[in-house]
Parts: sequence; C-alpha cells; structure tokens
Amino acid sequence: MAMAALRREGRRLAPLISPQSITAVRSSVISQEQAPLGLRSISTQIVRNRMKSVKNIQKITKAMKMVAASKLRAIQVRAENSRGLWQPFTALLGDSPSVDVKKNVIVTISSDKGLCGGINSTSVKTSKALKKLTAGPEKETKYVVLGEKAKAQLIRDSKKDIELSITELQKNPLNYTQVSVLADDILKNVEYDALRIVFNKFQSVVSFLPTVATVLSPEAVEKEAESGGKLGELDSYEIEGGETKSEVLQNLGEFQFSCVLFNAVLENACSEQGARMSAMDSSSRNAGDMLDRLTLTYNRTRQASITTELIEIISGASALEG
Amino acid sequence: MFRQASRLLAQTLRAGLRPFSSDLPAAPTSDSAFIESWKKVIPNIEPPKTPSNFLRPRPATPTSIPSKITVNFVLPYASELSAKEVDMVIIPATTGQMGVLPGHVPTIAELKPGVLSVHEGNDVTKYFLSSGFAFIHANSVADIIAVEAVRIDHIDPSLVQKGLAEFTQKLSSATTELEKAEAQIGVELHSALNSALSG
Repeated sequence: MAMAALRREGRRLAPLISPQSITAVRSSVISQEQAPLGLRSISTQIVRNRMKSVKNIQKITKAMKMVAASKLRAIQVRAENSRGLWQPFTALLGDSPSVDVKKNVIVTISSDKGLCGGINSTSVKTSKALKKLTAGPEKETKYVVLGEKAKAQLIRDSKKDIELSITELQKNPLNYTQVSVLADDILKNVEYDALRIVFNKFQSVVSFLPTVATVLSPEAVEKEAESGGKLGELDSYEIEGGETKSEVLQNLGEFQFSCVLFNAVLENACSEQGARMSAMDSSSRNAGDMLDRLTLTYNRTRQASITTELIEIISGASALEG
Repeated sequence: MFRQASRLLAQTLRAGLRPFSSDLPAAPTSDSAFIESWKKVIPNIEPPKTPSNFLRPRPATPTSIPSKITVNFVLPYASELSAKEVDMVIIPATTGQMGVLPGHVPTIAELKPGVLSVHEGNDVTKYFLSSGFAFIHANSVADIIAVEAVRIDHIDPSLVQKGLAEFTQKLSSATTELEKAEAQIGVELHSALNSALSG
C-alpha cells in the first residue's frame, strides 16, 4: 500500500523531473513544500554554525560564573569582617540621612567591569534621586565617582557636577591603606558639609540593597549637636587627646569617612561578584535553552532533507519503471 | 526537569545562600524623616537603606553601674573582640595610658601607637595598636577602633630594634620635610613598640 502511494507520488512528480533542471527543481520543490516553515535544507550548515557559537557562549558564561563564585568567596569573608568597622561610628554619631546642609557630595561606588546585572544602574539611579532630594535654593550637590560604569552613565547628563572620578580600584586586592589614601584625596579636594556614600550592600548572593551612608563634616556635626537628637548627646562626651575639641572631631570625621568608605567598597565588590554570578548563570541557562531549540530545528531539517532525497530517488525509480 | 531543579538547588546552597548572622537587624529602625522626604520627591523608586537599618542594637544606659564593661575592638579586616565582657581596659590615648572601668564617663579618645591591655579576672591580653579612636559610652560599652593591631607575643624584638636603628638613621640623614616626617613617624612607632615589649 505504501509502495502504491509512493508510485502515485512518483507519477505526479515525474513530468517535473528532467536532468538539466533537477537542481533548480529540487530547490523550488523543497521551498514550495517547506515555504511556510522557512529555508531549511541549505541551512543545516547555518544551524550547525549557530549551534557551535551558542555552545561556546554557554561554556564561556559558565566559566565566568565559576570565576565570579570563587572571587565572591574570597571577598565575602573580608566584607563580613569589615562590618564591625562602621558600627561604633553610627552608634556614637547616629545616622542622619535627612540632614539639611548646603554642600552635599554624593560618592557613588560602582564596578569597572560590566556583565554584572543591574547593580550599577541602581547605584546611579539612587545617586540621581539623592541629588534631586538634596537640591534646593543655595544648595549644591556634587558627585565623586568610583568606577567606570557609573562614570559612563553620569557623565552623560551631569558632566559638570562630577568633581572627581577614580577608576581601576580593584587592580590590586582591596585593602584599608589604599582606601584611606583615596579618602584623604577626596577630603582634600572636595568641599563638603555632608558626604553621602551610595553603594550596594551585600545581603545574600541574590539580594543587593542600595544603601546610602552619611558622613558629616565637623561643622555640620556641631550644628546638628546644637539642634539635638542623637548628636545632642555628643556634648556629654569628654574629649581626650589633641589640643582642641574641634581638632579631635575633625580627625574623627576623617577616620569615620575612611572606615565607612572601606566597608562600602568591599560590600560593593561583593555585590558585583554576586550579581555577575547570577547574570552569567541565567545567561548560560538561556544559551542551553537556545541550544536545545536549535538541536530540534537541526534534526528536523536533517530529517526533512533525507525524506526529500528519498522521495526523489523513489519517484525517479518509479518513473523509470512505470 | 527535576535534575535541573536539584542542580539549581545545589548551586544556590553551594554559593552560601544564607543571611549573614553578622548583620541581623534585630531592631530595624530607619530614619522616617528621610523616607518621608524621599517618597515625596521620588515616588517611583524604593528608598535606599541606611546604616541605622543594619545597626546592631546597643544596651540601654543602666541606672546603676554595671559590674563589667563590654568591649568591641574592631579592625578594618577583623573584629578582634565583639561584645566581650571584661573588668578593665587600658587604652593608649594621646594624653597617656587611660584605664577604663565600668561606669566611666562618656569619652571620645584619640589613640596613639601603644599597648591596649584587656583585663579579665586574672588574664591580661595585650595588643599593640597603631592608632585609632576609642569611644566610651554611658552604658559601659567601649568601642575601640584601630587601624592595625598585633598581639604583643607575636612581635619579634630583634626586628623592632633593627627598625628603630634604621629610622633613627633616616631621621638624621633626612633632607626634605616629607622624608623627615616619615622618619619621625617610624621612630615614634618603633620606640613605642620597644617600650611596649619591655614594659
């Protein structure tokens, strides 16, 4: 019964088959048959190329994920250990993000390398929102940018507001000396009443919280102490050391800034590695899915071309017979 | 599908998906004024967190003087002592060695390179600090923040002597202000180390 069907097929196609036009006919017949599904016979090569490149991408992203995971393990320990550093300062001086001062400086911390998900964009969004929040008559807000990615985004619309930009922070492993030199640089070159450090706090491998830590200049601390609140108790503290109270408070402010900045930089680096891990993980999963789909397409194409070859052969044979 | 799910689960477990116990906001307070003003100006974005969200709660000021003082000794790369109850600490303030007992008046002290000794019962642990700050609060909590600290028994005396000689020589042969300042710092540090080891 199958042979009868094939013979009928052969008789139908027989008038179309002639030696010169065989290649043209083949492609036209095939494209007629498979036009609704797109070109496929000549595209087994194309599909195979795509599969090879997608497989390479999958391997690369998987390797990047492993690298990010190992870097994360190393830096997570250090970030965890540095968490005790800012607690005493906040316990003493309180945390006053809603302080109203004339000169605000927003220190945005970001990464130098990309492919780390959306953490740099969230930092920049938070910085811009803070700038809007602290704007007002007679007030000015400037940026200090750490990291290439935030610089690229902020330079587009706030080029004149960027006081200082520092890149290649993580060329050598992060340590306190490097960060304190950086803090010294910032404090010397930038006039400020309040410094707001914007970074991504590392809560877990999948969760990074945008955080803003506020450090006040000694004059702002004096002003806040007079107005009361947490800083009002500052006067009850005896000051030991140094010649004057203001000198000690200035040293305290600078020390606080370098400690908070150190913790912030470490947390941001952790968040960067964690975000990169999850970005690369989803990327390799997507590549895997795409590879599955391409494999199915490839097999379908292969089988279809085999079937058409068979049909041609059989129809040719039956045409000769009958 | 189940293989993938178990693989994902193993991945997340391996990656250490656990909340940090070093960071639990037991009493998460936040600056409500900040959040209010944020929401008014920028309603679409969530307000960012602030350090007060993550601050570990501190004991309240007791009415009577407590028997022990709680010490938090932190360094940039580690928390040496965290909420340890001791009898007394002696800190090297710039004005001299200062003994801190429970019920000490609230103080902010700037520290110079010197020895910090922690007395608990009969044990005394001595650390050499590079410099830093010490806060003593009304609730008998002492926060000592130092840039570098080493235990005294980990210091090699011969290296100290060598360093002292080297820096004294550099001080005498220094030409620019910067060199002089650097050599001066080296001499001060090494002589403090020397006296710490001997005393």
